[in-house]
Amino acid sequence: MSTLGAALPIRIRGIEKKYGPVTILQRLDLDVAAGEFLTLLGPSGSGKTTLLMILAGFVRPDAGSIKIGGDEIIAAPPHRRNIGMVFQNYALFPHMSVSQNIAFPLRQRRVPAADIVRRVTSALEMVRLNGYGERRINQLSGGQRQRVALARAMVFEPRIVLMDEPLSALDKGLREHMQLELRDLHRSLGMTTIYVTHDQREAITMSDRIAVMNGGAIEQIDRPEALYAHPRTHFVASFIGESSFIPVDIRDGVPWFRDAKLQTTARTSSSGRYLMSVRPEKVRLAAAGGDDGINILAGVMGDVIYQGDSFACSIDIGDGVKLTMRDYCREDTMARLPARGESIRVSIAASDAILVEAG
Amino acid sequence: MSRDADLPISHWSRLWLYCFGALILFFLIAPSVIVVVMSFSGSSFLQFPPQSWSLRWYTRYFESMEWREATGVSLKVAIMTTLVATPLGSAAAYAVNLKTLRYGNVALAVLVSAIIIPVILIGIGVFFLYARLGLNNTFTGLVIAHTALALPLVVMTVLAGLRSYDMDQERAARSLGATPLRAFIEVTMPQISLSIIAASLFAFITSFDEVVVSFFTSGGDMSTLSRRMFTSLRDEIDPTIAAISTCLIILSVILLSVAHLVGASRTRES
Repeated sequence: MSTLGAALPIRIRGIEKKYGPVTILQRLDLDVAAGEFLTLLGPSGSGKTTLLMILAGFVRPDAGSIKIGGDEIIAAPPHRRNIGMVFQNYALFPHMSVSQNIAFPLRQRRVPAADIVRRVTSALEMVRLNGYGERRINQLSGGQRQRVALARAMVFEPRIVLMDEPLSALDKGLREHMQLELRDLHRSLGMTTIYVTHDQREAITMSDRIAVMNGGAIEQIDRPEALYAHPRTHFVASFIGESSFIPVDIRDGVPWFRDAKLQTTARTSSSGRYLMSVRPEKVRLAAAGGDDGINILAGVMGDVIYQGDSFACSIDIGDGVKLTMRDYCREDTMARLPARGESIRVSIAASDAILVEAG
Repeated sequence: MSRDADLPISHWSRLWLYCFGALILFFLIAPSVIVVVMSFSGSSFLQFPPQSWSLRWYTRYFESMEWREATGVSLKVAIMTTLVATPLGSAAAYAVNLKTLRYGNVALAVLVSAIIIPVILIGIGVFFLYARLGLNNTFTGLVIAHTALALPLVVMTVLAGLRSYDMDQERAARSLGATPLRAFIEVTMPQISLSIIAASLFAFITSFDEVVVSFFTSGGDMSTLSRRMFTSLRDEIDPTIAAISTCLIILSVILLSVAHLVGASRTRES
């Protein structure tokens, strides 16, 4: 079970799902490349789990098409889809041993007994649970259960793998460890994987690409770095990482905040109201004197929140707009930090000033 | 009695509670005890306490063609009712539990309605219905009527088991390649087997114990044991009935003990 035969691409077109008058998914299109690790990221109610259930075949969409490597599967029942799925609560079978759980998909496929033994053993090895085969499920820790669920979902070499918040039941340390382990496993096996989570850090750590979902649609889909650096909507900018938003008026292609002319490398339309999205770590204190820098904004220093390795402070730049600034707690930075209530000036590099649509 | 000192209430001040509890237990058990004792009576009518002792009423029961036939009818009807009501009720409970049915709760209400309708009304209704269908005094008729009476208990018992079961397991089984039926048999059923066993015992006892509907719809060759006992009580006061009752009590105790032991060993395993 070193690598799967061939990873397959997934092509999702026009998937629609309504429950009565409530639209869960609205004409959703999504392409997943062969061997890609794609994460569906969104708040609860964004439709990410419904999409996963539609892919697995447990929920029937009202319209649309799903092709795995060219095969249309939209009408196939779950047991004929050949999709490995890891459930949020693992859904291991408590009346079976670890080996019996992992052998289950092979038995359903009438794999010869000798092959089952061999493949179960190598699956246990893959998730580093050698020798745990005879254990009962309730004798395993959370992380071990997680690994059994993974082994069971992959032992039959499924066409694709789906994971529904598989790490949400683990505590923080183990979760971060399993994130790396899952990523390594994906790299070595190379199966096309769709992963669902509401944890943006988890999505950024693990994914090749992230599809940010909101209100039953994909707001933006991109590589984690690109999503973080260039969010296209207010929702994406606030859901992935932290952002402060400055309302700006664009006149003749130039953004203005009150009477301050701002610069951005982002493409802008010639007029309209937008929000300038700024990441906290990109906000810098400007020197008190000269006013020749770009994107210099005057403000009043607010509270400093100490967070161990870093600190965050809020800066009031007028009109009730507050910018968050974050930096690491180094002695020199801390020493130069203005006191609360002091008038200060901050600067934002033009390349760090992102424009998103207002509202 | 040093441990008493730690208790906020002493055993002495809770004496009334012990007495009350003992009284309740007495009222629950006394009728059965009286019946059992009377069954060993030597006199030819029901008498408590008996003046002399004998086993002749047991002999009378086992040697009487009539009683043996009635027992046979009751057993056959009860077994058939169990075999019909258990899968039917389990399937209904499964469907209601899925929560995907629009009228699932209405279906549930209809399924368990037999439990709130007075049995005598069901008896009369079944009698008139069967009169038209020609099902009175038939094996099929009894099984259908008893199945209707047993279904609420089966549905409620299996539903209770399903509610503490995680349906994701069945979804997992299906995503791993099991057909819906195999997923149910291999994954769901082993985990709700206790509820299903309990439900089948309820179905058996419901049918075996049933008097009122049987009184209306069974007679002649198709008289159930309970119906014959009821008639016999009216016509003659004969300790044979006490002997039969004692046998029934023993049967119930055995069935429930088996269910309990199966349950206990399952719990130890997991």
